[in-house]
Amino acid sequence: MSHRILVVDDEPNIVISLEFLLKKEGYVVAVAGDGEAALQQAGQFLPDLVLLDVMMPKKSGFEVCETLRANPALAGVKIVMLTARGRETEVTKGLALGADAYITKPFSTKELVARIKALLG
Amino acid sequence: MLQGWVIVLASFLYLGVLFGIAWYADHRADHGRSLIANPVVYALSLGVYCTTWTFYGSVGRAAANGIGFLPIYLGPTLLFALAGFILYRMIRVAKSNRITSIADLVASRYGKSQLLGGLVTVIAVVGVIPYIALQLKAVSNSFTILSSYPDIVMPASAGAVPLFQDSALYVAMILAAFTILFGTRHLDATERHEGMVAAIAVESIVKLVAFLAVGAFVVWGLHGGVADIFARAAEVPEVARRLTRADTSAAYGSWGTLIFLSLFAALLLPRQFQIAVVENVDVKHLNRAVWMFPLYLFLINLFVLPVALAGLLHFPAGTVDADTFVLTLPMAHQQEGLALFVFIGGLSAATGMVIVETIALSTMVCNDLVMPLLLRLRWLGLAEKADLSGLLLEIRRWAIAVILGLGYLYFRVAGEAYALVSIGLISFAAVAQFAPVVIGGLFWKGGTRDGAVAGLVAGFVLWAYTLLLPSFAKSGWLPEGFIAHGLFGIELLRPQQLLGLTGLDEITHCLVWSLLANLGAYVGVSLLRVPNAREARQASLFVGGTDLAGHTAWGGSAGVADLLPLAARFLGRERAEEGFLRHARSRSLKSVDELPGDARLANFAETLLAGAIGSASARAMVASVVSEEPLGLDEVMNILDEASQVRAYSRELEQKSQELTRATAELRQANERLRELDRMKDDFISTVTHELRTPLTSIRAFSEMLHEDPKIDLAQRTRFLAIIVSETVRLSRLINQILDLAKLESGRAEWTVAAVDVGEVIREAADSLTALFAEKRVALDMDDLHPGLTVMADRDRLMQVMVNLLSNALKFVPADSGRVRVGAEGTASEVRVRVWDNGPGIHAADHEVIFDKFRQGSGGTDVLTDKPQGTGLGLPISRQIIEYFHGRLWVESTSGAGACFVFTLPRQAGDNNKLATAERESQRGGPAAGAALSDSGGKHNGVRGGSQ
Repeated sequence: MSHRILVVDDEPNIVISLEFLLKKEGYVVAVAGDGEAALQQAGQFLPDLVLLDVMMPKKSGFEVCETLRANPALAGVKIVMLTARGRETEVTKGLALGADAYITKPFSTKELVARIKALLG
Repeated sequence: MLQGWVIVLASFLYLGVLFGIAWYADHRADHGRSLIANPVVYALSLGVYCTTWTFYGSVGRAAANGIGFLPIYLGPTLLFALAGFILYRMIRVAKSNRITSIADLVASRYGKSQLLGGLVTVIAVVGVIPYIALQLKAVSNSFTILSSYPDIVMPASAGAVPLFQDSALYVAMILAAFTILFGTRHLDATERHEGMVAAIAVESIVKLVAFLAVGAFVVWGLHGGVADIFARAAEVPEVARRLTRADTSAAYGSWGTLIFLSLFAALLLPRQFQIAVVENVDVKHLNRAVWMFPLYLFLINLFVLPVALAGLLHFPAGTVDADTFVLTLPMAHQQEGLALFVFIGGLSAATGMVIVETIALSTMVCNDLVMPLLLRLRWLGLAEKADLSGLLLEIRRWAIAVILGLGYLYFRVAGEAYALVSIGLISFAAVAQFAPVVIGGLFWKGGTRDGAVAGLVAGFVLWAYTLLLPSFAKSGWLPEGFIAHGLFGIELLRPQQLLGLTGLDEITHCLVWSLLANLGAYVGVSLLRVPNAREARQASLFVGGTDLAGHTAWGGSAGVADLLPLAARFLGRERAEEGFLRHARSRSLKSVDELPGDARLANFAETLLAGAIGSASARAMVASVVSEEPLGLDEVMNILDEASQVRAYSRELEQKSQELTRATAELRQANERLRELDRMKDDFISTVTHELRTPLTSIRAFSEMLHEDPKIDLAQRTRFLAIIVSETVRLSRLINQILDLAKLESGRAEWTVAAVDVGEVIREAADSLTALFAEKRVALDMDDLHPGLTVMADRDRLMQVMVNLLSNALKFVPADSGRVRVGAEGTASEVRVRVWDNGPGIHAADHEVIFDKFRQGSGGTDVLTDKPQGTGLGLPISRQIIEYFHGRLWVESTSGAGACFVFTLPRQAGDNNKLATAERESQRGGPAAGAALSDSGGKHNGVRGGSQ
């Protein structure tokens, strides 16, 4: 059974690239363009892993992360934060909120895939 | 063995050694290495209190009264142990006012009254002469007794010996010579005699050791210890009686009187004042003296009672005078060496007292009695003499000789009337009269000169009447009836039962009356009027507390020669001379030298100085020149120089600290601002980083996928490559805009300023965007644009703004139904351009936010449902441009009802007014004002930085 991954980013082109990349790797992929949509999708799609952009309109990646972690239905879901801001404080904050990994943009597609594989075991 | 010449030789040897010590101490002092600047020396020199009256007399008094000798030493002990603050205040006041004697102290305190100085001097001389007589008597008696060794023979009464066979005469002469050598070798401005003090300290040791030696010999040499002596004494009723005295209330009363008397004597006797106050090197030495001096008194009294009892036991009653036990006990036991040592000890006690006392008295007589009189005798011309020091020394030498002569005379005539102790007490009672004016003067500001004179006169008269005259009467100078029946036979005037007061011993009786009258007159007369300015000024110097007395006109006067250097000291030579010249001119005088030394000049100098150093200091300064001050002029100048420097310095410091506070506040503000800027810069860089990384992310991701997987089908491949291209364009645009904004903000942008027709620019901008509007099927309406809407601006930059506003509008209006309208109008002073749209509108809270970099009206506020495309730099750049031309750019909108962006530009008259415009440009600092005139065309096709 293949793992399910939810891709959340407000940049359509990034969403397109990630969707293509992950589908090629054999994952089942769903996408969302902002934080609210992400939460909605997560409830229905029940992903094993969420790729989550930090800077988004409506709800930031941090808020989404926090909400996901508070949802018992989604216990065990892996969360990988993506950010274009590489500040130490943001990394710390993300990890403190329960993210499993933190990846800065622009990322190497190989590395991203490797991290995802490692997280999903 | 102990022939006369041996004793004389030993005496002279001893005095020679003392003189050597004094010479050495003076020598050291001259070289700045004071021998006596030492608390132990100070405490030892205070031992001058113990004269022959102690050395011989204590045993005599103990033999008669048991422990009745003690109060004389309890008084000073109490003074030093408990009332050190009086001495402390006295030393401080004396040092700061350069007081040279007790007469000087009293005179200075009550407004520098010469009358008071003279009065105190007279009382001191009259009161102390019997005391000096006592020393002569003691030395001469001890010499006579010792020279008749091995027999013990009491000397004949003084009057019975022919004048030139009287050893006391020679003792007086030798002491006079010795004192003159000691005290008047040179004139010292401070009246301090370091050599003398060193010699006195040594004498204190010698007499103490001598007395302790006798004591030890008597107690352990002749007896088996103190207990043995007391046991034997108790067996003899006649002797035992001495141990149980004080059986009447009067005896207790006299104890109190004696303690009281000796307390004041230790403070006010001229020699005590000389040693304790005038010769004091450092007021801190008092801290050691407060216990060392009482200890000294304790030691010197340790063996008094045993020696007295031993003497009583040894000699048959009445054969040997108890006053001589110290000397006769060793003699009776063939201890000639010890006897000689005791004689030297007695000589120490006598010479110490006589030297210091006569030096102190001679200073008083010279400064407070003779000199004021001589200076008044104008025919002597003394006031004009430059150097009076030789004369002063002469006067002092004569004063010493005369005082010792009077002492001898008193000894010769009246000396036999009393035992040693009684003579000493007469002196003590005399100097006790100084107590109210001295202590009152140090602690009470209300005392006046008249009060002091009244108190001293009243006390002195009563002292003389109740104590001195009766002593004369007892000596046979006055009829005996004087004591028994009173003056003129009036019973109430009986000198020792005045107004019927009986039941007191004569000393207590005298003290009660004299001090009562003294204190009453001092306080009563002082209260009759408030102290005048001089007295108040001195009072504040002595008592401290309130400021110097207020301004009063000058009674005295001083000349230009004194006042001009004084003023120059503070104002500088030039200013002082200028001021004095002005004053001279105002008095119709040609030069400063013609100014008379009158009160007007003094007042002028004071006013002049007051400007520089304040009125109180100025008065004190001028006072030092105008009237006779105890302080030397140089010293006043030094003190005030220092004070004014300190004041100026502290003012400067205060100023500096204020400046510092201000600078600190400014720095803190600047620091805050810097920190804010730093935070903004951080935010900006972080945002820029984000904006740059976002397109890069897509580009990298697609490039890597295409690179790694060549099998991606063509349609996908084309789509991905298109994304890469558009993201690259986006990235380039972003970089351009960031650089553009950086240039604008740093002021390095290039401007081509010329007259620009705004209508034309609007049309051109609209034309360049026609295709985009058509693509989104949005209508672009344009109001009628009047020609001649001309402004001075950079055409390309204006185009940049227009394109940005139009493309922004297009971006936010809905496709198909969207409408954008442009209008422009001109007033006399400006041109106003509007761009309306029927988009979602902008929340009032965001009206300013959208002009921030990278804010796009969506940042954290979620106004817009979709993240708008664009860099978020278009509006900030547009605003920078408009504001560069002194215009304004803003938005008018309510949420949901479209938005209207408006900008204004200051209007110019038109092309025909280029010169004025160019001028205005250059005033404003427009960098390309000159170029504008030659390049009115510009590159109007360069559309940069559209937000699409």
